[in-house]
Amino acid sequence: MNFDGTPQEAEFRATARAWIAANAPRQYEEELRKSSLGRTQLKNANILEVAKAWQKKKADAGWACLHWPKDYGGRGSSPIERVIWQQEEGPFGKLSGMFIIGHGMCGPTMMAFAREEHKRSYLPPLASGEKIWCQLFSEPAGGSDVAGLRTRAEKDGDEWVVNGQKIWTSGAHYSDYGILLTRTDPNVAKHKGLTMFFLDMKSRGVEVRPIKQASGASDFNEVYFTNVRIPDHQRLGEVNDGWNVSLTTLMNERMSIGASVSTGFPELFDYCSSLMLDDGPAIEDRAVRSRLANWAVKASGLRYTSMRAISALSKGERPGPENSIGKLVAGSMIQDVATYALDLQGASGVVSGPEDAEVAGRFQAMLLRAPGTRVEGGTDEIMRNIIAERVLGLPGDIRVDKDVPFNKIPTKGRS
Amino acid sequence: MNFDFSDDQKQLRDQARKFLTEKCSPKAVRTVLDGKAPYDKELWKGLAEMGFLGVAIPEDFGGAGAGHLELCVIAEEMGRANAPVPFSSTVYLAAEALLIAGSDAQKKKWLPAIASGEAISTLALFEGKGNPSPKNVKLTAANGVLNGVKKPVADGAIADFAVVAARTGSSGRDGDISLFIVDLKDGGVEVKGLTTLDPTRGQAEITFKDCRAEPVGAPGEGWSILTQVLDRAAVLCAFEQIGGSDRALEMGRDYALDRIAFGRQIGSFQAVKHMLADMYVSATLARSNSYYGAWALSTNAAELPEAAAAARISATQAFQHCAKNNIQVHGGMGFTWEFDCHMYYRRANAMALGLGSLSYWEDQLIDRMRKKNAA
Repeated sequence: MNFDGTPQEAEFRATARAWIAANAPRQYEEELRKSSLGRTQLKNANILEVAKAWQKKKADAGWACLHWPKDYGGRGSSPIERVIWQQEEGPFGKLSGMFIIGHGMCGPTMMAFAREEHKRSYLPPLASGEKIWCQLFSEPAGGSDVAGLRTRAEKDGDEWVVNGQKIWTSGAHYSDYGILLTRTDPNVAKHKGLTMFFLDMKSRGVEVRPIKQASGASDFNEVYFTNVRIPDHQRLGEVNDGWNVSLTTLMNERMSIGASVSTGFPELFDYCSSLMLDDGPAIEDRAVRSRLANWAVKASGLRYTSMRAISALSKGERPGPENSIGKLVAGSMIQDVATYALDLQGASGVVSGPEDAEVAGRFQAMLLRAPGTRVEGGTDEIMRNIIAERVLGLPGDIRVDKDVPFNKIPTKGRS
Repeated sequence: MNFDFSDDQKQLRDQARKFLTEKCSPKAVRTVLDGKAPYDKELWKGLAEMGFLGVAIPEDFGGAGAGHLELCVIAEEMGRANAPVPFSSTVYLAAEALLIAGSDAQKKKWLPAIASGEAISTLALFEGKGNPSPKNVKLTAANGVLNGVKKPVADGAIADFAVVAARTGSSGRDGDISLFIVDLKDGGVEVKGLTTLDPTRGQAEITFKDCRAEPVGAPGEGWSILTQVLDRAAVLCAFEQIGGSDRALEMGRDYALDRIAFGRQIGSFQAVKHMLADMYVSATLARSNSYYGAWALSTNAAELPEAAAAARISATQAFQHCAKNNIQVHGGMGFTWEFDCHMYYRRANAMALGLGSLSYWEDQLIDRMRKKNAA
């Protein structure tokens, strides 16, 4: 048991570190370091532009999408090299937020199912951040139950005509392309009548409407499709095999091994270390210490769980399912941490404006953004189902709609 | 990075599991639970023969001369089997205290006896309620003679010798405490067994009356040695706790698969599935924290104090959580004497207190994190 890298890993780390030291946008380092959930923005710069410039610089030097093949804009690196890169990139990795869906989900799906000429033309600009991609799966009638989606695609000659509505599409408002899951046969069971495409988000008939979140910000969108025409060569996988294609996408969704999940703990420990309460320093208060200790061991538990997964990668093994707990634990933890930080502020905790609030309102921003982390990318409940079924081997839910043609499934709870 | 046990260590774990599955069935544990024996003598002998008692004791002192990582994997299996033997008090507490502070003569006398299974031993620290603290040590030592009462002392009723924390000064500082070793067969001690939460691991009250004792370590060094011993034991106990957590989780999972209610496996109900998923999460966090503790212990790293406290808290919480909800999954049957669930519930809650309670270790963890940040 040790934390030493192999000589090759050490060499890779040294090369990456030197390149980052020479090329990263250092002027934003402090701000990025201090940004936390609910507040990743730069005061005097447009973060989208800064992020795109950094991504392009990385791509030009061969540091973008490390694990992708070189032909498609990557570096052909091993999984462990990708993890080392993420560790070395540190706070600058926060600039990758808007590329995560494209790089983590759309790219791998294209790689597995697109025609070779499409891979060669679409993947390199995706890797370099020149083009941003989004994923159009969820719908008002299909969130956790993605296969319940209703957006129709109908064949018309060499094209498909799409009508319907997507929702919760992260980054659709700045995306150039998207992968789209549609229903092509409503007369068969819900998983059997789906087909996947990719499309240009500037296509005629695509309308993007930002959703104002409970936090006040707008990271997600509704996307409406009105007679949008997609050429058949942009189909991914076979007709009506879209469910299997989407599984490839979703399996890649949480392949974020080594990427640290945000728990809010370092921020809270920092805050408590300098905070004065009515009867002395917060860090010396027994109740505060007890809460901190409980969160400390969750945060360290996640950190070392991730290290165990990295060790497995390093040995060429596939990491076990233990990594699936990260999002589940961190999501509700950051919400609790933010709530507690405000509690420590007493009545003034209600003030959230960065100019007037405690520590520039970081915990207020965290609190308001936190509910989303427990829903996006699989709700807490779906994550528990996954752990129960895939890790512990418990039976799946009894699915009353499994063998029912899609168009016979009830659509209303109470009428 | 190789943040995992080696293949040899994993093989040792398999070997320990196989051995304990054969020699330490729930039925065997029940012999002690039902009060028919103070501990499982046959199992103790077998553990000595397997070389498990002395796995981390150097060869010069009759041990196998492996290391603490090897001891960790064995500890995990001891916890999984709920073994009714004085392993933790003898191996994690007494032997570690001697390894840290014993003189050559003391090591030669006692460590081979531990490794061979001839001597059961323990640490006598607590005196009634309260957590580890120099001010809670009232038992006095003067001119090599001890006077006072220790309670509870783990496995005190079956121990052959004990390392005893005693007061040798009154300055109000850590340096007031010194350690002694007492041969409990020599007289000057009165031992009374106590009824406790977990009858598979006895506790005793030991009264020392003008009892002759030999110092361990330098005078006034007792508290500093004890702190190290407790940190090491915290990591090793954490491995017992994650072994117990895993077993309790498995029992709950298996029952959820076998039991039919409302015409279906109860494991198909989300209320049950999610409870089991949460147990898995606790157990996984505890395992990862414990691995870090094992690394720090095996390399004697500067991070050990913080790592040990984190492992202690995380593994204590996980074992309590898994043991409690294992009963819940079993429903009424889980609350019977006949089902094994309560053995893990008892062990989990007894272990949560043995080295000092959670609130004590929470406090320790924050102190140690602050110290690290200040450094």
